[in-house]
Amino acid sequence: MPFVKAKSQKHDYDVIVVGSGAAGGQSAYTLCMDGAKVLMLEAGRRYNPATETPMFQTPDQAPLAGVGTPQKPFGFYDATVDGGWEVPGEPYVRTSDEPAGRFDWWRARMLGGRTNHWGRISLRNGPYDFKPYSRDGLGFDWPIAYEDVAPYYDKVELLIGVYGSNEGLENTPDSPPGCLLPPPRPLVSDLLMAQRAKRLGIAAIPGHKAVLTRPLDFRNSPARLHPGSVTAQKILAEDMRARAVCLWATPCGRGCSIRANYQSTTVHLPPALASGNLDITTDAMVYEVTLGRDGRADGVSSIDRTTGKPQHARARAVILAASACESVRILLNSKSAQFPNGLANSSGRVGRYLMDTVGSSASGQIPLLESLPPLNEDAADGDQLYVPWWLYREQRAGKLPFARGYHIEFGGGKRMPGHGTGAGMEWLTGGSYGLKLKQDVRRYYGSFVHFDGRGEMIPNEHSYCEIDPSVKDKWGIPVLRFHWQWSEHELQQAAHMQRTFAEIVDAMGGRIHGPVQSDGAKAIAPGGSIIHEVGGAIMGSDPKTSVTNRWCQTWDVPNLFVTDGAVFASNADKNPTLTIMALAWRAADHILERMRRKEL
Amino acid sequence: MDRRTSIKWVLAASAAWPLSGKYAARADPAVTGRGYGSDPNLLAVYHPGELWPLTFTAPQRRLAGILADIIIPADEHSPSASSVGVVEFIDEWVSAPYPASQRDRPIVLGGFRWLNEEAARRFGKDFPDLAAVEQNGICDDICDETRAVAVRRDAARFFALYRDLTAGGFYSTPVGRKDLGYIGNVPLARFDGPPPELLKKLNLP
Repeated sequence: MPFVKAKSQKHDYDVIVVGSGAAGGQSAYTLCMDGAKVLMLEAGRRYNPATETPMFQTPDQAPLAGVGTPQKPFGFYDATVDGGWEVPGEPYVRTSDEPAGRFDWWRARMLGGRTNHWGRISLRNGPYDFKPYSRDGLGFDWPIAYEDVAPYYDKVELLIGVYGSNEGLENTPDSPPGCLLPPPRPLVSDLLMAQRAKRLGIAAIPGHKAVLTRPLDFRNSPARLHPGSVTAQKILAEDMRARAVCLWATPCGRGCSIRANYQSTTVHLPPALASGNLDITTDAMVYEVTLGRDGRADGVSSIDRTTGKPQHARARAVILAASACESVRILLNSKSAQFPNGLANSSGRVGRYLMDTVGSSASGQIPLLESLPPLNEDAADGDQLYVPWWLYREQRAGKLPFARGYHIEFGGGKRMPGHGTGAGMEWLTGGSYGLKLKQDVRRYYGSFVHFDGRGEMIPNEHSYCEIDPSVKDKWGIPVLRFHWQWSEHELQQAAHMQRTFAEIVDAMGGRIHGPVQSDGAKAIAPGGSIIHEVGGAIMGSDPKTSVTNRWCQTWDVPNLFVTDGAVFASNADKNPTLTIMALAWRAADHILERMRRKEL
Repeated sequence: MDRRTSIKWVLAASAAWPLSGKYAARADPAVTGRGYGSDPNLLAVYHPGELWPLTFTAPQRRLAGILADIIIPADEHSPSASSVGVVEFIDEWVSAPYPASQRDRPIVLGGFRWLNEEAARRFGKDFPDLAAVEQNGICDDICDETRAVAVRRDAARFFALYRDLTAGGFYSTPVGRKDLGYIGNVPLARFDGPPPELLKKLNLP
């Protein structure tokens, strides 16, 4: 079985899934567990977290104390291999290099894609988030509502394991009983932040993160997830039992060899492979969906990255799950007489309405947290608590200069020292060195707190990608060219984040580090840097203005689906991964149903 | 980095360091390494010099160690920076083919030259040969960028960078972690959160 080269591929696959991350993993899982034969194509190499994850390695064992470099942007021990904002031999084009007008494209060429390193934050979109246009006249409504997706959020939470709590807050959905795992205990810094933020009317609640704080319910969840299949239940029960609970150490971004957090390679792919229904070909760089004479997709063409040779695979249906921009690139590069502007692009909307998350950060130093006794604060690697958006009423009343919300991710505690510890402290120490520096580092270690604002970007006409007319990658595949522009809504929101962080640090009795940016253009992180890019093939209810329907099915090609973030019609402040998985599961269920009815 | 860029760096560095005579900025050898690539073995243990050639000459190494130990000396809690490999770490850092290292390299190498020139100007000796009180006298003048006089602003920038690199190298080691009382990175059966008596003391719920 399952890892095959092109020459060993079968000829009767039901579905080809392009990509192996959150969308590809979930799509393949759902299809295979229900008996469909799936071929998954992944551009990067095979990757095995069980044997490759540097779980307890320390910075002194790494080059440069493990700090990030262009070859390992999130640090030497980050799980990502062959990835980053720059991938050798795989360029893309920016129309602006200005911080406020640039878009940087993250890719992870490896089995499991970016799920191997992601932050594991797993928030549900709320009811408002699917109908933003109806609420404030901006952007687009989705053709589906929260109620359509909710059952799939339930399923994904049960399958992957997400900790969190139900707080009954506005547009911050609760999960049904049994879906969430208990959240971890907060740190001292978490509790201080929550206590002081509360005085400002800002509520901090347990984060939602795909980390196992207790074993999954392998007795009940398999039947709840796969009521029709005893085989699927058995496979899943065995797999759930094989996943270990968090051992409260080592950063999640390194991946997890004991499978205590979600990554596609540890959660979606093992049971899908165990079903016997999944073949995976790695190092297969897909560049085109091919079209049969009947106007239906009949397969995909790819380059074998180990030989440079082109290859073709066939199936009854094709799912693009290659990440929002890569799926767009494949569609735009799939040109034919019928689709001269790219496949499924009769609307001209493929590549349009690219969105990232609005990001702004600040850190502060809190005297109350100085010189605390030794504490093991590795915990769940952050996200014990977070602050969901809290100003819905003010926004409705028109009291804010921006239309959409943001949440705050908070970090503090005595994290593992490394490069950066004791650095840049002149603002506190006046430039001490010698014995005094050592005392100062001890005093301040663990007293720093960090805030990341994560906000909703409204889709606009100026943020999009298209095929560059001349530049090609090393395989000869035409590359993307990105255009990017924030609106006042995002810039004002980023400035608001800065003010809020300063107020919370102040309420904690601390000092904010560096300037509090009141200019949104200086406060906002460049497009693409939060790595929440979505849109580009948005779903809608009108074939003239959207690329897919409510089932992630392209309007133009009935057996072609897009299940990654490209279909997002808006990008709520909630991190997109859980929604990507819920939509992918829903689309796969729909495909199975259509196949049973012989419509696909 | 291509050759044109490296020459630009060197020129920029010499402009920033108006040194004369034998301390004048000379073209430091360009770095030749290509880095560890985008798919390195994450489980191996790496040592400075394995992935790209190091830079420091014997006199530079001596100066690097003396300065690192002025910044992080031994005390009753932990040994000095140089005794846990910080010189090798900084050498690895300034020799790496990455943008941050390329930015820091001329600052560190130029800073070494400045220290020797300043030591010679004040005391007629190279920096490593000064008495501790003389070395501290120079460091006191450059340890805080905001207080350094204009002619020593570049030297202060160098000192701030060198202090950050020294601290980074030191606190990345087991000795540094122990010095700070870090007790994590061990598997736990459960995570209990902070002790109740501490929360009570801090008036937290």
